[in-house]
Amino acid sequence: MSEVSQAFCILFIFLLPLALAGLALINTGLSRLRSAAHSMMATLCVVGVAAAAYFVTGFAWEGYPGLASHTLSIFGKEWSWLGAGRFFLRGVPLDGSCASLATLLQLLSVGLAAVIPLGAAAERWRLRACCLSTALLAGITYPLFAHWVWGGGWLANLGSNYGLGLGFLDAGGSSTIHAVGGLTALSIVWLLGPRRGKYNLEGMPAALPGHNTVLVLFGCLLALVGWMGLNAAGSILFAGVPPGRTVLVAANTLLSAAGAVLAAAAITRYRFGKPDASLSANGWVCGLVASSAGCAFVPPAAALLIGLVAGALVTFTVAWMEAHLGLDDPAGAVSVHALGGIWGILAVGLFPRTAALAAVPSMASPAMAPSGQMLAQIVGVATLVGFVLPFTYSLNWLLNRFYPQRIPPEEERQGADLYELGAGAYPEFMTHTDEFSQW
Amino acid sequence: MKITGLLLMPAGWFIVLAALVLLRAFLAQDLFIAAGIGVEILGLVLFTRSHLMAKRGNE
Repeated sequence: MSEVSQAFCILFIFLLPLALAGLALINTGLSRLRSAAHSMMATLCVVGVAAAAYFVTGFAWEGYPGLASHTLSIFGKEWSWLGAGRFFLRGVPLDGSCASLATLLQLLSVGLAAVIPLGAAAERWRLRACCLSTALLAGITYPLFAHWVWGGGWLANLGSNYGLGLGFLDAGGSSTIHAVGGLTALSIVWLLGPRRGKYNLEGMPAALPGHNTVLVLFGCLLALVGWMGLNAAGSILFAGVPPGRTVLVAANTLLSAAGAVLAAAAITRYRFGKPDASLSANGWVCGLVASSAGCAFVPPAAALLIGLVAGALVTFTVAWMEAHLGLDDPAGAVSVHALGGIWGILAVGLFPRTAALAAVPSMASPAMAPSGQMLAQIVGVATLVGFVLPFTYSLNWLLNRFYPQRIPPEEERQGADLYELGAGAYPEFMTHTDEFSQW
Repeated sequence: MKITGLLLMPAGWFIVLAALVLLRAFLAQDLFIAAGIGVEILGLVLFTRSHLMAKRGNE
């Protein structure tokens, strides 16, 4: 990697904490006032636990192309299924090499994946349980799947082994970060159940709006900057894109978010008479999520279209999941990150690669035919649904058996802030209107 | 139903992997991959319904 690429990559990675901050603000704004401090505190804690767990086992098991890995030989093809590095980052020189930059990127990315379930499980997930679940995500689930996609694993080698396009492609982490985080969020929501008072005796959902729309919308703007950094760094490190081409990556990221928010605002305006701010914010983030996989590969017009579809998708699925699947997801994390991530993955196979990338060596190998790319993406989605979801659910189910993850429903009335932290986020405004609710 | 759904999802995934490894003819490979994904979706539906039924039982 040239020194110019190194410098750009480091700068882009330094923008990632803004994506964390943005998501944290969105999660906090979409939860109720009584759990606001708990939401932010949980964000800090899970980012810390994720980084620590990834430091211990994560990079050893994720690895990077060219580093040692465990492989299986299946009918003459090598399937790399786990990195074979040393724990505690031993043997990884943090000197600006590609592996070291990937380590730094992953230390932050795994935190981003860990923050996603917080939005779905808001107001009822115990702080210690958040941390334990995050340790499992960052130490086991995330590095395992990320190795398959980014660490030279079998998904990335579907092209060379079985002629499926260029193998599974994901520049910015629609699958490794967002789909994994979203499916973990789904597992947690299933295990915890809905918030107290969310559903009446007939099973109809009640609206429990967030307490601060300004936080949510400001979080979206911060997230845009962070996502541009994430997508650009991922494109350089995992797709071999030269620094100049990150202009395309940034443009695609912005266009996808723009398309998504406009679609969400227009659809909610049509359905409800006025545009809905929280669904529009969800649309914006879904556009960012969907942009991540193909930001380095698709032309700008395709990025806009990807965003439009993402915005429409989240607008309908958030309400449908709440009403028909009984999923109480305050931040819409399952729709935004799991479904948005899956749409982003599939979009890479649908839209042609931009001619601008023909000069990138990894994109132009004559040995890898462009056909079969959609099939490679479908195999990746099948892996997410068929392996990652049951795996993460099983890990969290086991954890729940030994340490109940949910705040007791009778304690939920006073709010997670008072129950877990002993103090509210807004001490002068502590009246809850449902004090005398019969549910 | 929950355990059945939980087991069907990886079963479908293994069908997809088997199709990749064992089948070379594109049409057969595509069909078996589609079948594997169908099994996964069936497992996901069963798993989701088991949670819905548990939720209704608690109301």
